[in-house]
Amino acid sequence: MTEFTPLTALFGGALIGVSALLLLIFNGRIAGISGILYSAIQPADNDRLWRWLFLLGLMLGVFFAMNPTTPLPSDIEASWPLLIIAGLLVGFGSKIGNGCTSGHAICGLGRLSPRSIVATIIFMITAALTVFITRHILGA
Amino acid sequence: MKLMIALISGVLFGAGLTIAQMVNPEKVLNFLDITGQWDASLALVMASALTIFGSGYFLLVRTKDKPLLDKEFIVSNNNKIDNPLIVGATIFGLGWGLIGICPGPALATLLTGNIKFFGFFIAMLIGMQVAQKISKTIANE
Repeated sequence: MTEFTPLTALFGGALIGVSALLLLIFNGRIAGISGILYSAIQPADNDRLWRWLFLLGLMLGVFFAMNPTTPLPSDIEASWPLLIIAGLLVGFGSKIGNGCTSGHAICGLGRLSPRSIVATIIFMITAALTVFITRHILGA
Repeated sequence: MKLMIALISGVLFGAGLTIAQMVNPEKVLNFLDITGQWDASLALVMASALTIFGSGYFLLVRTKDKPLLDKEFIVSNNNKIDNPLIVGATIFGLGWGLIGICPGPALATLLTGNIKFFGFFIAMLIGMQVAQKISKTIANE
């Protein structure tokens, strides 16, 4: 059970929106985390520095913002095999589908990109169905 | 200056994820659990981020030929709904729904120092590399 937290949700969302907007207005880049992360670790990519700084900033932002009311999780219940499978799927899917929650559901949707609208609808429905099956049918 | 913007943008993004609690897999799964203990918070995160980014995009970005500090906007103008997009989004949704962690929070939760989050993160990077290999192979055929 988690509580409905409208104020922190709106404020956190606003920061994410401002972040994506800054990166686009000033640098002309889309704040898609999966894409930035993937390109940051490609040895052949010669435009890696800004990506590393963005990712470093992200970690710093998490560090500054974490406190008892907005903490990081201390542990995750999921088993190791499930964690690994989910990790592989998230990485694989975001690369094949050219984006994740940030690139498609925020930046793409915000630009009204048809591809991102379709991708967001598909992954939201698939994710909700997955939760429905694991929680209510398999009863995990 | 461009590097400074990248860093600041990253800080805001990470702080936003944390304050919004998207870094909490339980909260994400409860958002996706519409018929169960639905926690609508993350819908507000998205609405808020979209309102700001979307209005900024149409008012401030679309009206310009180039970004303030660079030569061009690196934005996809591909509008084709193809199979990789559909298959990729489906697989991504499946993985996200299993655990409740997407790429941003995968990076953020490394700060917990908990080895399980490292496991997820490494698996995610491997998944990306495998996807790249497979799409290259298919493209070369």
